Amino acid sequence: MTDVTFRIFRGEREIGDFKEYHVTLSEGMVVLDAIHHIQAHDAHDLAVRWNCKAGKCGSCSAEVNGKPRLMCMTRMDMLPLDQPITVEPMRRFPHIRDLVTDVSFNYGVNKRIPPLKPQPRRADGTHRMQQKDIDRIQEFHKCIECFLCQDVCHVMRDHKVTDFAGPRFLMRCASLAMHPLDTVNRLEQLKDEFKIGYCNITKCCTEVCPENIQITDNAIIPMKERVAGGFYDPLAWLLRLITGRKAGERRPSV
Amino acid sequence: MDYEIHEHDVIVIGAGGAGLRAAIEASSQGVSVGLICKSLLGKAHTVMAEGGMAAALSNTDSRDSWEVHFRDTMRGGKMMNNWKMVKLFAQEAPARVNELEEWGALFDRTPDGRILQRNFGGHRFPRLAHVGDRTGLEMIRTLQNHGIHQGIDVYMECTIVDLLKDGDRIAGAFGYWRESGKYVMFRAKSVVLATGGIGKCYRITSNSWEGTGDGHALALRAGASLIDMEFVQFHPTGMVWPPSVRGLLVTEGVRGEGGILKNNKGERFMFKYIPEMFAAETADSEEEGKRWLNGDKNARRPPELLTRDVVARSIRAEKLAGRGTPHGGAFLDIASQRPADYIQRKLPSMYHQFKQLGNLDITKVPMEVGPTCHYVMGGVQVDPETASSSVPGLFAAGEVAGGLHGGNRLGGNSLTDLLVFGRRAGLGAAQYAKSLATMPKAHPDQVRAVEHTANLPFEDTGKENPYQVFQDLQVCMEEHSGIVRTGKELEKGLEEIATLKNRSTRLKVEGNRMYNPGWHSALDLRNLLAVSEAITLSALHRKESRGGHTREDFQDSSKEFAKVNTRVWLKNGTLAWEHIPHQDMPPELKKLLD
Repeated sequence: MTDVTFRIFRGEREIGDFKEYHVTLSEGMVVLDAIHHIQAHDAHDLAVRWNCKAGKCGSCSAEVNGKPRLMCMTRMDMLPLDQPITVEPMRRFPHIRDLVTDVSFNYGVNKRIPPLKPQPRRADGTHRMQQKDIDRIQEFHKCIECFLCQDVCHVMRDHKVTDFAGPRFLMRCASLAMHPLDTVNRLEQLKDEFKIGYCNITKCCTEVCPENIQITDNAIIPMKERVAGGFYDPLAWLLRLITGRKAGERRPSV
Repeated sequence: MDYEIHEHDVIVIGAGGAGLRAAIEASSQGVSVGLICKSLLGKAHTVMAEGGMAAALSNTDSRDSWEVHFRDTMRGGKMMNNWKMVKLFAQEAPARVNELEEWGALFDRTPDGRILQRNFGGHRFPRLAHVGDRTGLEMIRTLQNHGIHQGIDVYMECTIVDLLKDGDRIAGAFGYWRESGKYVMFRAKSVVLATGGIGKCYRITSNSWEGTGDGHALALRAGASLIDMEFVQFHPTGMVWPPSVRGLLVTEGVRGEGGILKNNKGERFMFKYIPEMFAAETADSEEEGKRWLNGDKNARRPPELLTRDVVARSIRAEKLAGRGTPHGGAFLDIASQRPADYIQRKLPSMYHQFKQLGNLDITKVPMEVGPTCHYVMGGVQVDPETASSSVPGLFAAGEVAGGLHGGNRLGGNSLTDLLVFGRRAGLGAAQYAKSLATMPKAHPDQVRAVEHTANLPFEDTGKENPYQVFQDLQVCMEEHSGIVRTGKELEKGLEEIATLKNRSTRLKVEGNRMYNPGWHSALDLRNLLAVSEAITLSALHRKESRGGHTREDFQDSSKEFAKVNTRVWLKNGTLAWEHIPHQDMPPELKKLLD
């Protein structure tokens, strides 16, 4: 079987270096298997965050050969094995140790999103929703919060904008705004607090999403349109003046 | 002592479905709540649940009711279940599902816009509310996003090493931060254990690294009892190839949506293995199976949807008879039963999982599957109403609690269990905390002793590699306490566990305490060993086969053992056992069982 060289970032709080390890591949191996092999044999204290090893929990995010990926879903036979494979932590987030970063920023943003406030139930005790009306939100609910989209987004990564919510949370706002039962107006927050306008739809987030969610096309662009329609459309502005409704306010359900 | 200290009325250990639901409920009672997660919030093993949550909403088939759900659960559990828990469970399940919808969960819909329900093993009617094949993710995210607005303090990547006591009472817990390795003490009036399962005792398992039986072991060491530990569920359909994903779950939803099992002769073998107890409600020909698939309500359910214990044993038997697949499993075929677009819509993550990890298109070719350790029915012995253990102030809910599922859990009953008993445990813990006037206090010596235990792997005396001892334990459990057992093997298993325990006192860990997985493994190992011993000892003394416990030397179910549960507890540091008789079931419930 093939012997592969790994170059893994080892260190604490950004200070460290790439160290080389060698692993003999077996069939079907993924990058996380190799990391575990190194941990069990050569570096017992190699820090890595992981849980399910099935692409469902989104814990083992890292940059493999410079690309943000889930290590558990990156098969070794997809990578060029004749050269060393580099594995390093997500670069957007503060470094803790080896492959582990501090992702608490994301939990902070999430907490600022007001929860769903549903319409009352029907007299028979049910909420009725048609499958076709929830299909697109179910796509957003596939998100496993691996934060790879947050890692790759150049607004935060290169321009270091800290008051931008990032693709994950713009999409979560979208999933609430498009929820058939929700009664909260979310447009002002998207525009003023989460700065949806900063996104210039380069779609890097969509490209790295391990769940193949069309973050830009299906979530961010429609919300940008709603914000633009709500705040910058002169006709809508006039209508608001007449009706006294705020931008993005839902019509009372009939 | 100079530890970081946090004080709460209630602390909840574990932040999967049960822990989150418990924390939400306790907080709603107006007490202060701390929620401790071994990983990051939202990453717990609940995300792995695929098929759905069982509740008799009667949306998809109006013949369903809590009574039928009660019956199915008791029969599926081979009557080992605590009937009081099952009754509460079946009655409260629909309300818990609706509540989740209220908090934002988006279940798949029926044509008239209600929650759609799917078929699953052992459930007489389509009963599982679901979201494609990622229901667990929907559940944990919904609870998480609701929970963060309820004033709960969340402590992430924090592992509890031991519980603390003040006399007989619970006084809190002591643990470490994964990131820094620094110790932290939680003072609390009550503690809810919601730590999930024990899958990591076995080599082939669907469980993540977190399933190390922490709560089971914490409870034992704190003086509580475990029941039914011999009943371990091996899910019939885990991936068997490639090696790196061996054991990874293939949802029962595949069979619920019509998938069939075949051996290497192309024979649909499950028709040969229908137990008498289920013969009346199971299809006896491929023709009837076909009618069921096409929605004929008079057709009985195909045998692929028998309970998990039956299907797992059948796959094993086919393999032993030389009719296994190239990698030692069975073929699970949905490609020949449903159109490709249907499969992709109803089983998207299975499609994705096989495509990406196995290089296989499940809409075109069959999967290869085999049994994988999935779930432990046994757990902390609790009061059905309040989820309280025998230790004052200690509560348990979810997989770590015993009693609900008896000898075998039905698929889909776990997610609902988390909500029904998570809520009850949160309520019980909050009410208990309110009843205490002052905060209990652990003696400093006790805290120092826990710290000393945690520090042991760094002392120079040891030389055992924790990863190696861990692996040896998994092999030991697979060989001696696996899917089919004998008295002799179990005795050998107990001897080996004793040797491994000995080796585990001489572990050697390199580096320091900061984010050190070698050290974490060393501490997890202590819990795995305690749980493995509980499983093996309980299994040795149940001299019959029933549900998730199969004895080659006692192949039939016996009348004598039908009446008892096994209880284990620590008596002066040694694991003791006894058989405890079932409580009599009232006639109105007995009537439901036929």
